[in-house]
Amino acid sequence: MSIRRSFQHWLKKEGSAYAFLSFYGILFIVFIVVPVLAAFLLSFTFFDAIQAPRFLGLDNYISLITQDDTFMKYVLPNTIQFAVIVGPGGYAFAFMLAWVLAQLPKLPRTIFALILYSPSMTAGVAMAVVWKALFSGDQTGYLNAFLMGMGLLQEPIQWLQSPQYLMTIMIIVSLWSSMGIGFLAMLAGILEISPELYEAAAMDGMSSRWQEIFYITIPSMKPQMLFGAVMSIVGAFQAGSIGVTLSGSNPTPQYAGQLIVNHIEDYGFLRYEMGYAAAVSVVLLLMVLFFTRLATRLFGSER
Amino acid sequence: MKQNAIRRYTGVRNRGINPQGFHVSQIKFYILLLPLSVVMILPIIFIFSSAFKPPDELFAYPPQFFVVNPTLKNFTDLFSKLSNSGIPVSRYLFNSIVITLATMAASILVSSAAAYSLSKKRFKLKRALFAINNLALMFVPIAVTIPRFLVIERLSLLNTFWVHVLPVLAMPVGLFLIKQFIDGIPDEVIEAAQIDGASDWWIYWRIILPMIRPAIATIGILTFQAAWNNAEISTLYVNDESLRTLAFYLSTLTTTATGANAVAGQGVAAAAALIMFLPNLIIFIFLQRQVMSTMSHSGLK
Repeated sequence: MSIRRSFQHWLKKEGSAYAFLSFYGILFIVFIVVPVLAAFLLSFTFFDAIQAPRFLGLDNYISLITQDDTFMKYVLPNTIQFAVIVGPGGYAFAFMLAWVLAQLPKLPRTIFALILYSPSMTAGVAMAVVWKALFSGDQTGYLNAFLMGMGLLQEPIQWLQSPQYLMTIMIIVSLWSSMGIGFLAMLAGILEISPELYEAAAMDGMSSRWQEIFYITIPSMKPQMLFGAVMSIVGAFQAGSIGVTLSGSNPTPQYAGQLIVNHIEDYGFLRYEMGYAAAVSVVLLLMVLFFTRLATRLFGSER
Repeated sequence: MKQNAIRRYTGVRNRGINPQGFHVSQIKFYILLLPLSVVMILPIIFIFSSAFKPPDELFAYPPQFFVVNPTLKNFTDLFSKLSNSGIPVSRYLFNSIVITLATMAASILVSSAAAYSLSKKRFKLKRALFAINNLALMFVPIAVTIPRFLVIERLSLLNTFWVHVLPVLAMPVGLFLIKQFIDGIPDEVIEAAQIDGASDWWIYWRIILPMIRPAIATIGILTFQAAWNNAEISTLYVNDESLRTLAFYLSTLTTTATGANAVAGQGVAAAAALIMFLPNLIIFIFLQRQVMSTMSHSGLK
């Protein structure tokens, strides 16, 4: 009786709150929480999607570190190189552009913001058409034709198939499309800062714009800085399929553009070693977590 | 007069953040931004240009960037084409439109209802649940495609319309942005309505939703981009060709475009790429003011 009554009491007090949350909550659990937990659990097993998972303990992680030469030699260094340049690099670039845009009047600012943001609107799918034509391997490719026309090249280069160029092209393409919602958030954040703060600082003798940036702008918009940082970190790791899209094959030529995401697909969907792929997924999620913790250290206001 | 103009463009008023008008100190920023914007926008102009190119211009040597004799041939080719499995391209387009509209409508309702609860209702787990959602901001969906596949298989959602919609709805960024926006609505507005005897549902529908239009526009755009551009769901979770999307069809054009296929497919691929890109651009142009006003609430503490 009393359990029932206290449940009714709870229902009356908090029921509607959960009712409003329920749809999102269920979808969140089904498509985010459960897959993450499943990845975590599967990472301790051998699982080929046909037989039931067999418990392996830490074996997957051990062989990932000790036996997976591809992972240690190509995938991990590639991922770190790509993520560090596209993540923090793209982020610094986005902040700098947002700051510059904030120095302009409304109309030109809106036009430039639109131009800078528009690359991030299209997914890789639509843009693959462009990049393939630009970096096409024969002489009708734009880059080849341009360089040959200038006399810099004798023979066309297979840009997207050459291990030495693929990573660079991946980074350029990703940076090009990295002015996403983090960039918009930072732009909005800079514009929100009250002009009085700058005036007060000018009265106190602050004269250089650099000082303004580091002592007023960034500290006043830390929450937006953190949001932007999280968005670029996630974006950098999420962009993993770009190498496969560009080169048209997984694994990428000589693993030159192989990122951790492609490694997961390679083991999960091509070799059906899903337990092992899950272990790689867990490593990826931990890497994202590590980088966001770092960003929280820099810009977090609590703690 | 001249004195006035000089003062206007060189004085202090138009310097610094968010100026009202032009000022000489802004010239350096234009010098920096103009070449950069040209580089950023070239690939996009390229989509427009090549979508209207006749075949001889697509494969001209040396390649030409801008179209000389624009034609609609690529578009008519695209829509008269059947995919390898005999599905007309218009079917993929139709699927994309229906899926995108359904996902946008559902996403707006689902996220705003949850955001209303997390922002204005009082319950014990409120802060904890919001913290979990914030943690999920750093969730990388691509990392868990395999367990997701297993979940979707268990729920027998494979090869259904719903598999396109449901996974996209769990969008932590969307919930986060709307919740922050609702936080800006004073509690008094809701309390006044409650005193007048308004139900929760009425408050959500008649007070909250109309007041958060900018946030709705923003999540609408984010969902649009997630759904419209999505080729992965069609690749991974759908085998039925008649249920796949335009984004998927475009991805087959670019991945199989080698050798002879490339010659036949490039114009069609360019036309499809333009159809993929254009709605993104148009929607953003119309809603950019709302997006910017939502973004000023986007701070993550």
